[in-house]
Amino acid sequence: MTKTLISGNKAIAQAAFDAGCDCYFSYPITPQTAIGEYLSEIMPKAGRGYVCAESEIASINMVIGAAATGAKAMTSSSSCAISLMQEGLAYAVGDELPLVLISVMRAGPGLGYIYPSQCDYDQAVTGGGNGDYRILVLAPSTVQECVDLTHKAFYLSQKYRNPVIVLSDGLLGQMMEPAEFVKYPYPEIDNSNWALTGAKGRTPRKIRSLEINEEKHNQNIQHLFDKYAQMEKAEVLYEEHNVEDADIILVAFGTMGRNIKAAMNLGRKYGIKIGTFRPVTLFPFPNKRLSELADRTKKFIVAEMNMGQMIKDVQIAINGKAQVKHIGRPAGAWLDETEILDEAKIMLGEEYAASV
Amino acid sequence: MQQVFKIPDCIKKDAKFTFCPGCDHGVALRLLGDAIDECGVREDTIAALCVGCSVFLYDFYDIDCLECPHGRATAEATGIKRARPDKFVFTYQGDGDFAAIGFAESIYTATRGEKVTSICINNTTYGMTGGQMGPTTLLGQVTTTTPYGRSAELNGYPMKIAEHIALCDGTAFSARVSLDSVPNIIKAKQAIKKACEVQIQGLGFSFVEILSSCPTNWKMTPQEAHKHVKEKMIPIFPLGVFKDVTKG
Amino acid sequence: MAYIVLDKAKCKSCYLCIDACPKNLIVKSNETGSTGNFVVDFKDEDNECLGCKCCALTCPDLAITEVYK
Repeated sequence: MTKTLISGNKAIAQAAFDAGCDCYFSYPITPQTAIGEYLSEIMPKAGRGYVCAESEIASINMVIGAAATGAKAMTSSSSCAISLMQEGLAYAVGDELPLVLISVMRAGPGLGYIYPSQCDYDQAVTGGGNGDYRILVLAPSTVQECVDLTHKAFYLSQKYRNPVIVLSDGLLGQMMEPAEFVKYPYPEIDNSNWALTGAKGRTPRKIRSLEINEEKHNQNIQHLFDKYAQMEKAEVLYEEHNVEDADIILVAFGTMGRNIKAAMNLGRKYGIKIGTFRPVTLFPFPNKRLSELADRTKKFIVAEMNMGQMIKDVQIAINGKAQVKHIGRPAGAWLDETEILDEAKIMLGEEYAASV
Repeated sequence: MQQVFKIPDCIKKDAKFTFCPGCDHGVALRLLGDAIDECGVREDTIAALCVGCSVFLYDFYDIDCLECPHGRATAEATGIKRARPDKFVFTYQGDGDFAAIGFAESIYTATRGEKVTSICINNTTYGMTGGQMGPTTLLGQVTTTTPYGRSAELNGYPMKIAEHIALCDGTAFSARVSLDSVPNIIKAKQAIKKACEVQIQGLGFSFVEILSSCPTNWKMTPQEAHKHVKEKMIPIFPLGVFKDVTKG
Repeated sequence: MAYIVLDKAKCKSCYLCIDACPKNLIVKSNETGSTGNFVVDFKDEDNECLGCKCCALTCPDLAITEVYK
């Protein structure tokens, strides 16, 4: 298979097309606009749904409408504009509709700026919509992974009838890398038992989140949480390196997952026993594995392009068994490997640093 | 002996409307059901419904329905239609839903000429939440949020929805009708049927604004409410067809 | 001999049909309905009903379920 040199944004767009995305609706916002531009070229030609919507409120609701008919539907956006979609996301969860949202993070709060950032971990993982709900979040760290996880996002959204977010950032979106576009082994999920297609020869269907019976409402929410428990059992993904003998483990997601690896390689050259751990699914979070690692390794650094968001989940997972420190900057200039390594040395202590 | 009136097939056989006595929602639902039946598209219909008394349509209609966030029905109808262009897609909304919280979605759905039909019930108030000022509340009208009557200075002016929609190039049909009398009910039925046909013909967005009574929140008897529609609403919201691309 | 079929269980006593009938064939009944008010009766002893459907078109509650003419 040949590799194509392509940006993360365009790779996501092509992967969505390949995954059979029937409808794409969005509103432009930097740094993810290339996704919409790319799809505006190929979707209408292929007879698939494409609308440049009047707002993100409209685009997420168009996606919900399409998804309700059983179509594979996607939108993409960024930070402050994803704030506008939170209502729609909560409805999509309540309606149990599969949809894919590509979130290409930029700096915030408010308009922030178009610098790459990871400041919307919380927005994606804990959400801003109303009610008890979770959204599956997949965080790629390479352009190839943008392709892989976009395919996976469509599959998981259909499998669980729940929205899935692919959480990228401005850096990964703009950066070009070689990527392979291959066939993926995901099966097609049958949606003929719930999709709205007109009530021909069957009982009419109502897709709704309103439930005025308290007991039934509670059952509905329990059903959602049964699904989330299933996701936690079956869908956790992470990447780890050199954790077996690590005296310190660097934890990061997405783009920063690359930098902790570089810091580890540099540190290992000096004999510092560094391991790395990168959650690929941010929900479900790899709690169990992190907890196991904390049985042996007692120092963890969480490196993020934000002021400390994923660290809360790491702390919950480690549950006091090890020391956890956050390092990060809000946006733009990310921490490079030497800065991360310096922080690791500080945490390990002068004595340790002198001994290696 | 011939049967000249029956309950539309669209409506469930055991349907018992839960609207207040004298509320015109029931009449509007029956007319829309008749129109869908007559067009023969019941089994190919998907409805997008929002928030307000209008949402109860899904309890009474024997069709596929999607409940949407407040005001977003036309956006969701756009998604439905783009995914399934062969289906008949309509929204049934109140004036607050269509023209206040959802006006951006509504006007752009019309502007894009989406091949969907929107029915908007204009009763000059937010009915479900107990009678607050809405986009179409008349000047001087007392509501729970305009206790001294709607003042233009404080609250602005009532919105002319059907005229706005008619201005959009993507609109194929826009009309305002009323349910205050039998002749007007008959005309309303014709407009709703026309709006459905326009969608089926693929001509663009079709829209019917229906002037309706809300006796409960207006604190009137059903008879007084219809008189109010005739004497107070129709002079402000004139009835008629504002755009019809099938007529030269 | 036109006539209407009335489902009193659905009547909410708005009485709009009483005003709509050109022959005044619909009247308040002595029975109370779901709202606790008197529902309506169809009284056509002289076979005056025109089958014009005015009552059915006006009824907001599908209480007039059929009209024959």
